[in-house]
Amino acid sequence: MIEARGLEKRYGDKVAVHDLSFTARPGVVTGFLGPNGAGKSTTMRMILGLDRPTRGEVRVNGRRYRDAAAPMHEVGVMLEARAVHTGRSAAKHLLALAQTHGISRRRVDEVIDMVGLTDVARKRAGGFSLGMGQRLGIASALLGDPATLILDEPVNGLDPEGIRWIRGLLRDLAAEGRTVFLSSHLMSEMALTATHLVVVGRGRLIAETTVAEVIAGASPAAVHVRTPAGSALRDALAGADVTVTTTSADTLEVSGRTSEQIGTVARDAGIALFELTPRQVSLEDAFMALTQDAVEYTTQSTLGSAGTGRAGGVPRPSSAAAVTTTAVTTTAASTDTEKRLALTGSPRSEFQA
Amino acid sequence: MSTQTINAPHDVPPAGPSVHAPARHQARSGPRVTQLRVLRSEWTKLTSLRSTAWTLLAAVAVTVLLGMILSRVVANDWVHYSAEDRRTFDATATSLSGMYLAQLAIGVLGVLVITGEYATGMIRASLGVVPRRLPVLWAKIAVFAVVSFGMMVVANLIAFSAGQAMLAPKHIDVALSDPGVPRAILGTAFFVAAVGVLGLALGALLRNTPAAIGTLFGVLLVVPMIVGALPGRLARISDYLPSASGDALMQVVRSPDLPSPTHGLLVLVGYLAVTLTAAAILLIRRDA
Repeated sequence: MIEARGLEKRYGDKVAVHDLSFTARPGVVTGFLGPNGAGKSTTMRMILGLDRPTRGEVRVNGRRYRDAAAPMHEVGVMLEARAVHTGRSAAKHLLALAQTHGISRRRVDEVIDMVGLTDVARKRAGGFSLGMGQRLGIASALLGDPATLILDEPVNGLDPEGIRWIRGLLRDLAAEGRTVFLSSHLMSEMALTATHLVVVGRGRLIAETTVAEVIAGASPAAVHVRTPAGSALRDALAGADVTVTTTSADTLEVSGRTSEQIGTVARDAGIALFELTPRQVSLEDAFMALTQDAVEYTTQSTLGSAGTGRAGGVPRPSSAAAVTTTAVTTTAASTDTEKRLALTGSPRSEFQA
Repeated sequence: MSTQTINAPHDVPPAGPSVHAPARHQARSGPRVTQLRVLRSEWTKLTSLRSTAWTLLAAVAVTVLLGMILSRVVANDWVHYSAEDRRTFDATATSLSGMYLAQLAIGVLGVLVITGEYATGMIRASLGVVPRRLPVLWAKIAVFAVVSFGMMVVANLIAFSAGQAMLAPKHIDVALSDPGVPRAILGTAFFVAAVGVLGLALGALLRNTPAAIGTLFGVLLVVPMIVGALPGRLARISDYLPSASGDALMQVVRSPDLPSPTHGLLVLVGYLAVTLTAAAILLIRRDA
């Protein structure tokens, strides 16, 4: 169980984390999602007492982490795979960590086995590949058989087999009643591993939600239609809640109607359809929409066109709208924008409420 | 990516054997951080780096070899010594002179004990598992101090014996049981270990290997030269430098230019107390 209340971290003038509150519960995998620079690592460091919050507090299993008698038993951590002395072997590294808590050598061998590092355990950690380093980090997190696991970007650098393994491992750990809290900047990864989501951007909470909600929110997608009678279909579909975008001579993007409805309308109007394809909003799109306002590092050109192209344009979530529109150069630009705005609606209003 | 693949994994029940051995939630008597356990951990850390063994070996080797060489040179040159030179000749200090080189090795090792962790990121793992932090610092100091002091006592005993053997043909050697000799051997070992601990404290304060090594040897080697250039009236400042404390602890034949061994010991302890207190306060206060 991790409970953050009003966490704030400033480095001089820079606010890395602002008024962040969330809860990660036992028995579920909670994803901590946000673009690079959103304050994820800083927040994780505050949970562990490595960084002192400027304001607010965070409790782990009901108390401050530093007050725990057996910190490794409360929380297993992998903040960064490279928190290892490069000159020490993996086995000695783990042994040194284990000894602080009186954890046995048997347990050290056990976790080495568990993460599949047995063959290289006596080798210097400095020579490890990124994936091996990641496994070593996970081994150190598991050493104390912790009630809560905190992992920063655990799939980073793992090969496909390793990624499958870590996903299964995290689900199993949560199923055993542990709190699993992991960060990522990849929505697709979160969708496969996490059930709950804490979404941050620019150090602020954007949404505390579930993967299911994000996917549900992403559903009102467009339907891609190819027909020789584009304008006729367009007229036939016309309605207050329908948006039709003509993307080329014979293709339309329709939102506000399902493919079934469009097919029926076309039949009734005697219009032939060559293609009728429902388009899902990708999870990455859904995530982008959630965090668009909060991306800290955006490419220069995108920022520039957002500023000039839409001066006096859309009022409130203007940067979201503008950035998306100008950034997406494909034919479906306007539809995309609408979808994204629709998406941002629910979680954000929830957050503001 | 379709929603099917997204939802699927959550519906799959956790399959296969549990990922961890059962029945380890035995909180009370089981895993718990104690100072003794952190000491054990730091012992493992220090002894599991190859650089430690090499550096300690180098410190012992230079202590013994330099002590032997200098003693031999003095013995060969003895006939040319003036009466005044012979009166002030310190057979013990000569055979222990290898400490001037050994302090470099031990000083660097002391710095690396902590900056090595900052450089590699290991410090976040170390402080992450011991969030009270201070036990880690105390354990590092204790383990390193005991190891380096112990090694230097052994090195000094060998250097003393070998050095006196070189001086024996001229009958200018002294015995281990002579007054002041055991104190000089232990005192010199203490000085070298103290230089290492000073390096450790500077490493903890500066968290950067070159900065800490530069500061340590700036204070030990360069500052005495600057003080030496001062007018005689101010020259007594050197009595309060750590380097003079080393010479003071090493001498058996008292020199008027050096403070007493006790004075040297107190000055060293003062430096250690101040730097270690500062290191402890900053370790608690600063973000890791």
